Formats: sequence, C-alpha cells, structure tokens
Amino acid sequence: MFGLVLLFGITVMFVTGLLSYAAYNPDLAAVNDQTPDKGRLGFYLFSWPTSPSWLYRLNQGIHVTLGVVLIPVLLAKLWSVIPRLFSWPPLRSPAQAVERLSLLLLVGGALFEFATGVLNIQLHYIFPGSFYTLHFYGAWVFIGAFVVHVVFRIPVAVRAVRGRRLRTELRTGAADTLPEPLDATGLVSPSPAPATVSRRGALAVVGAGSLTLFAVTVGQSIGGWWRRTALLAPHGQEPGTGPNGFQINKTAADVGIRPADIGPDWRLTVRGPGREAVLTLDQLRRLPQTTAALPIACVEGWSTPDQDWTGVRLTDLAALVGLTDGPPDVFVESVQRGGSFSSTVLRDNQVRDARSLLALRVNGADLSPDHGYPARIIVPANPGVHNTKWVTRLTFGATG
Amino acid sequence: MTRLGGFRERYGASPLHLLLVVCSFALALYAGIRLLEGDPLGVAIWFVGAALLHDLVLLPLYTLTDRAAQALTGVRGAPVSGTHRTPAVNYVRVPAFLSLLLLVVWYPLVLRRVPGYHSATGLDPEVFLRRWLLLTAAFFACSALCLLAATVRRRPGGPRREPAVAEPE
Repeated sequence: MFGLVLLFGITVMFVTGLLSYAAYNPDLAAVNDQTPDKGRLGFYLFSWPTSPSWLYRLNQGIHVTLGVVLIPVLLAKLWSVIPRLFSWPPLRSPAQAVERLSLLLLVGGALFEFATGVLNIQLHYIFPGSFYTLHFYGAWVFIGAFVVHVVFRIPVAVRAVRGRRLRTELRTGAADTLPEPLDATGLVSPSPAPATVSRRGALAVVGAGSLTLFAVTVGQSIGGWWRRTALLAPHGQEPGTGPNGFQINKTAADVGIRPADIGPDWRLTVRGPGREAVLTLDQLRRLPQTTAALPIACVEGWSTPDQDWTGVRLTDLAALVGLTDGPPDVFVESVQRGGSFSSTVLRDNQVRDARSLLALRVNGADLSPDHGYPARIIVPANPGVHNTKWVTRLTFGATG
Repeated sequence: MTRLGGFRERYGASPLHLLLVVCSFALALYAGIRLLEGDPLGVAIWFVGAALLHDLVLLPLYTLTDRAAQALTGVRGAPVSGTHRTPAVNYVRVPAFLSLLLLVVWYPLVLRRVPGYHSATGLDPEVFLRRWLLLTAAFFACSALCLLAATVRRRPGGPRREPAVAEPE
C-alpha cells in the first residue's frame, strides 16, 4: 500500500524535478546552468514556455508539497521492510549481493533526496556542496535503483494489495487483527506480539501524518488568506503590508546591495549588436509602460498570487538598440556583486512574450529595494531567481 | 532452458535481474561521478550516512521509545476480540507521532538552526518554535478528549459494557 503510494508519488517528484531543471534553461548559457558537467543527463531539455504564467508555480508547489507529504509514507515503508536489513545469512547468492547494493542506492538515495530538499527549502545549507548539484545528480543516482526495484517488486505489491480487501481491513479493529502468515519474504515475525494497532489504524496514522504536514505547508504555495495556515512552512508569514508586502527571496541587505548602487547615479545600459543606449530611471519611466499580472514562484515551492507589475516591455527595450523584429536572447546583469543568480540569460521566447517586463512598479507603487528597485525582470512562468532584481545591464544577443 | 536454469542456480535470480541491475548501476555511476565531484567524502558520508542514520539510529530509537510507552501504559496483552477498544498506548502514540514528525521535517526552523533566515526573507524566525509547541499541545489535547470520551462510554451504566483491560503478559 505504502509502496504503491510511493510509486506514484516519487514518479511525480522525479518528473516535476526534471521540469524544474528545464525551467532554468540550463542549455542556453553557462550562467543558467548550475550543473555544467551534466553530460547526457540533460538530454530531455527544451525551451521553457511562458504560458500559462502559473506553470512554474504549479510545478514547484506540487514538487515541494508532495515531497513533504510523502515523508511519513517513506518512513512507514522503511519501517515495514526493516527486517530485511538484518536477514541472515546476509549474502545468500550473488543476486542477493547486487540487490543489497541496489537497495543502498534506493534507500540512501531516497533519504538523501528528501533530506537535501527539506533542508534547502528551510535555507539550512549544511549539505556538502551546491543544492542544485547534489539534488539533481542524487536524483539520477536514485532513479535507476528505483526503476529496478519497481520492476522486481510490482508482482509482490500487486499480490499484497489483492490479497486483502481494503473494505474488510477498514472494518477490522486492533483486537481482530491477525499477523500475516509466515512466508519467504522474511518480513513476518515468527512470534508476533498481539497487535496494538489494526491495519486500518496504521494506514490512518500515516495518513494523518501526511495530512498534518500538508495542512501546515500547502498555504505557502497558495498565498493570500491561505498563507496563514502554513504554520510551519518557511514562507507561511507575510513580510509586510501594502503594495510591496509580498514574499521576498533575498532581501537587498542580504545580498549586499548598497544605497549608492540603486541611488540617483543608477543607470540602465541596453546593448545590442553594435549599439548601446544608457537610460536614467526618469527616461525609463517616460517609455511606454505596460502592466502584467504575474506571480513570483520559487524553486523552494513557495509562491505569491499574481501581482500587478508595471514597466517597459523587453521587446520595447530591444527596439531601442535596433532589434525591432523578433529580438534574440538577452543577458541580464544585476548590480549585485557575485552570487550565483546575479546574472541570467532569458531565451528569445521569453523576451518576445508581451508580458515580459523590466518592471519599475508593482501594485501601483515603486518597487521596494527588497523587490529590486529601481528595475527588475518579470517574465511569466519563469523561476523566481531568473526574475533578476536591481537590473543594470541588458545585452541582447549575448549569452554571458 | 537447462543453461538458463544453471544460471539461476549459480546467480540466484533470472538473467533479466542481472541485466537490469547492471544497467541501473551504470546510470548510478554516470551520475555518481558527477555527484561526488567537489566533496567526494562529504557526499558519500551524506548518502550512505542517511541510510545508516535512519536504519541504525532513528528507527531503533523510535521503536525503543514505543516499547517503553507500551510498557508504561501496560497494554502488552491482547485486546479482547470483538471489542473495538483502542489500546491505551495509542492515545499517546498518535499525538507523539504527529508532533515528532513535524519536528523531524521542520527542525531547522523550529530549533532556530538557520541563522540567515530573517536576513534573507525578512520574516520572523521566532514563530516556528511557538507554533510547533502549540500544535503539540493541540494534538495531545485532542487525544485526551478522545480518551475521555471512550472512558465515559465504557463506564458501568454507560451505553456499552466491555470486559476489563487484559492483564499484562
């Protein structure tokens, strides 16, 4: 039962994880790629679309919330098979030896992925290296063992589920719960103690665990009123009120933005092939302004509902340097010094979307320093860290 | 057929088993080389350590705790068949499980292990411990109410009379 839930759950985790990786457009430019040595593991990459605008929000909400919800199921599954770890003799045949190694990859891999994921969403960076490297390659190390395990265990799982009628089990209390008959799996105790929990009870407890985790987490991916229900989720509170009161990934102070960097001396440089335009904030404000309702969605799973962003279309900025017909990719640089996402490359399909802006205002007010004042990128369905804040230079046709 | 049978005898499973496992190992190695780049020892410790920590520390720890709880509540004897009576230990087990589960998942924030949290997000790091404690109180309070309701129902003169608790083993 737990196995089947994990079969579906982990498959969804793997797929949403691969999609999230694709959303960074890592094949486009070195600055977008957190795992440049990926080799063939990026074989499936594609141009990340801009519609629907909530695509990345949904993908990451599912990936993170489902991951949190699956934790009790994973723990229950491991609890139910623990006697196998101590089966004796430990190595009966070559097949069993390779199987044990495979199980180390399966169990170690699952725990490694869940641990790095859960720590990363809480900003607790104690793992040995970059989260992207560990979580991405770890997933590939794990998935082979997972597929092998599923192929070999599917008949056992089907037999186990078919062997008992769910309806009958749901009517059986602890007092009438009998142990499994002894079999060759080595999972049945030869002298079981009387049951203190029925099978329905065990399912209910694990289910209650998942439900509780869901209840204190999911609000951070829905936002609005629901955010206050996310009692233990990292983004279960609002940082403030008013037009700029929505979630912040990294504050200006945290990444070392100084007032002088974004003061009156700030300029935006727009470059194209052989042309350059330098604009002050006032000049930018005098260009045609567009408003787009778009969310902010983080790889960590939290997101905001749509905010009303107002600013200059990326296509209009490209036109300033002569790129009027189908502008190319753009290299975006922040005033932020260093840091892995201080610059990014947006693909041509992202540049050409009419909702892709260099935003100057949000919800009717100037951007606050924490949201990227004086100007930030906002592109539909883009991972949050690629919506670069404190932008100072746009280079069309360059990839870093 | 005989040849395949011989393979099965020597290897202990079908040739398909070997093929699939080798295929998965090759993929694991391909990704594993990249995973280990940078800090090979650290990553290996985390990968293997995660399994060892769970199997040899966490699981025995919660099993022993559960055994102790069972001994304390004196319900090692079998409940009587036909009664739908919840063993007393479960009134402690369920809220303790929910509370510890929340702690295991959210311990970095609950136990204030993330120094950069406020600086990065602008959010208050103090709320998590308070909220976890209140949730824990709520779980145990709900369980106490359930136990109370069950006790009232079982009292002599109550709607149902049921046999006394079985003697401990």
